[in-house]
Amino acid sequence: MGNRVLMKGNEAIAEAAIRAGCRHYFGYPITPQTEVMHYMAKRMVEVGGAFVQAESEVSAINMVYGAASAGARVMTTSSSPGVSLMQEGFSYIAGAELPAVVVNIVRSGPGLGGILPAQGDYFQATKGGGHGDYRNIVLAPASVQELYELTVEAFNLADRYRMLTMILGDGALGQMMEPVEFREQEPVDTVNKDGWAVSGTLGQRGHNTVTSIYIEADTLEKLNNKLQAKYRDVRDKEVRVETFNCDGAEIIITAFGTCSRICRNVIRQADALGIKVGLIRPITLWPFPEDAIAEAAGRDSLKAFLDVEMNCGQMVEDVRLAVNGRKPVHFFGRSGGNLPTQKEILDQIRSIAGR
Amino acid sequence: MEKVFSRTRGLTDKPLHYCPGCTHGIIHRIIAEVMCEMDILDTTIGVSPVGCAYNNYEYFSCDMVQAAHGRAPAVATGIKRVHPDRTVFTYQGDGDLAAIGTAEIIHAAARGEKICTFFVNNTIYGMTSGQMAPTTLIGQVTTTSPFGRMSDVQGFPINVSELLASLPGAVYIERVAVNDFKHITQAKKAIRKAFRVQQAGLGFAMVEFLSTCPTNWGKDPISALRWMEDAMYKQYPLGVYRGEDLEVAP
Amino acid sequence: MDLSSGRITMAKVEFLEERCKGCGLCVSVCPRKIILLRQDKLNVKGFHPAGVDQMDRCTGCTICATMCPDSVIEVWR
Repeated sequence: MGNRVLMKGNEAIAEAAIRAGCRHYFGYPITPQTEVMHYMAKRMVEVGGAFVQAESEVSAINMVYGAASAGARVMTTSSSPGVSLMQEGFSYIAGAELPAVVVNIVRSGPGLGGILPAQGDYFQATKGGGHGDYRNIVLAPASVQELYELTVEAFNLADRYRMLTMILGDGALGQMMEPVEFREQEPVDTVNKDGWAVSGTLGQRGHNTVTSIYIEADTLEKLNNKLQAKYRDVRDKEVRVETFNCDGAEIIITAFGTCSRICRNVIRQADALGIKVGLIRPITLWPFPEDAIAEAAGRDSLKAFLDVEMNCGQMVEDVRLAVNGRKPVHFFGRSGGNLPTQKEILDQIRSIAGR
Repeated sequence: MEKVFSRTRGLTDKPLHYCPGCTHGIIHRIIAEVMCEMDILDTTIGVSPVGCAYNNYEYFSCDMVQAAHGRAPAVATGIKRVHPDRTVFTYQGDGDLAAIGTAEIIHAAARGEKICTFFVNNTIYGMTSGQMAPTTLIGQVTTTSPFGRMSDVQGFPINVSELLASLPGAVYIERVAVNDFKHITQAKKAIRKAFRVQQAGLGFAMVEFLSTCPTNWGKDPISALRWMEDAMYKQYPLGVYRGEDLEVAP
Repeated sequence: MDLSSGRITMAKVEFLEERCKGCGLCVSVCPRKIILLRQDKLNVKGFHPAGVDQMDRCTGCTICATMCPDSVIEVWR
């Protein structure tokens, strides 16, 4: 039971955060995610939370760091050039093991780029744009409903593992309007943070300190080993992937986000031409669903993979690693804010299938 | 006989790592003493900078958060918005606050964030071994102004207290020194007033401490204090730049 | 207090010698000039720690303790 509302993607993100118990939002305007801020500026005040428009994305991510260290559920949203500015903050958040949610509504780049949708931040999100050995959980929704649900889930993941969880959306998802079904009560895990969060000792405990600097090599290596063990745990438990029409498929498409929706339509058209095409859609970009891809690569019926992205070839590298040379991996991409067309993708499929 | 001066419980037992005679130690101690005297130690959260004082989260007994270089006012904003009833302070040096952190300090002050900033100005970068700071005096020799700071290519020092005093959100700003008993006593009063301003929810408060760096100035601790009096006072006059008449609890 | 000789008795300071860095600030501010850096001693850090020999001249003014960056000094009066 709940209700269904027609919502813009950007607004669904904000509403999801509120319903997940987020009462602190810090952001800076940037196209194409600014509607999140406008929505939050009103809604956060309605629920008695704190909304601050920071002076830059650098400042915003540091406000997130502060609020997270104080034990609160906290979020910021931005778009590619702003997320570049936040990379230092991501590294500090990882080193200090703080929970936080960041949404990147990806626009085309590099540099100031354009404001149309793209998927060119895959490397930045999954390989770490900040310094040091760390990971962020990265979720890639493909519909406004999924954007809503994954944003709620992001807060739970962040708290559960004390790490940053990123929603990698794109400008198309942020702007499109689709029906969103709310549950009466969103699944919100409560986590006790008294052991580490700062709130004033109140004379009841020793002082908590939140830091990421450790001058002695052995101490810092210990932290790194602890982080790596955590990331292995996340890899074991939190992979999310959707597979569609893969049994006996001759070609399997790998795609995420908005791109995967276009590919899904092409699969039907290919079917009409007698070419069976499947789709493996990673929902977690990190941890990457390598097992699902490796398993498919081992099937005799499969001829090749086709990776389709709105960039010049980023996730395809992880696909190739998972395939491990067993099958050819083709790539097709558009950039600059252009979306691949169904015809272009179908042409690729026909070329691979040889008919 | 009764004990009239003992170590404050506002500082932990860990020996300070600062150079002999560095006035960071005095400033840490008086902030800690004021927190205890005002009975706010258990409800205060401080933010550590990057600089010589990077690890002062090990020295203050209250909850502490270490921040990226220059970002302490933003981190403090995040903490204060989560715990508005707690006292939140930042402790920052001149590189942290007046170079990389200029946007953060100006906007925290402009927003009137109800935090206190304790700004330690020693006209040089200590931790990274003696480079020019935004507060370095004209003619002052540093590792990146080896011929003395030349205004035509290296600009002029920034007077942070005066700069922030132009912002309505910054309701109390005072510049103090810690070179002798009289000035340390005045500095303690300023710290106390800054915390009172925060408690009253009036807005942003800052105390700028003129401080020494014997090691990078190439002076012994006592000569360093004298140089501070002779040279720094002229560029950075002591006094209240905003909020002289603010009425707060004693 | 002995008014005729100007000597104030019943005050003392104690130095946590192992924390002292021999910076000399206390030496320079003591109004009675009774603090010295003990040349015959080296603490574990390798500094000559501060100390007082003429304790009977101490007035317990706390100026030394106020000046000390390392919280080395405690004062009784």
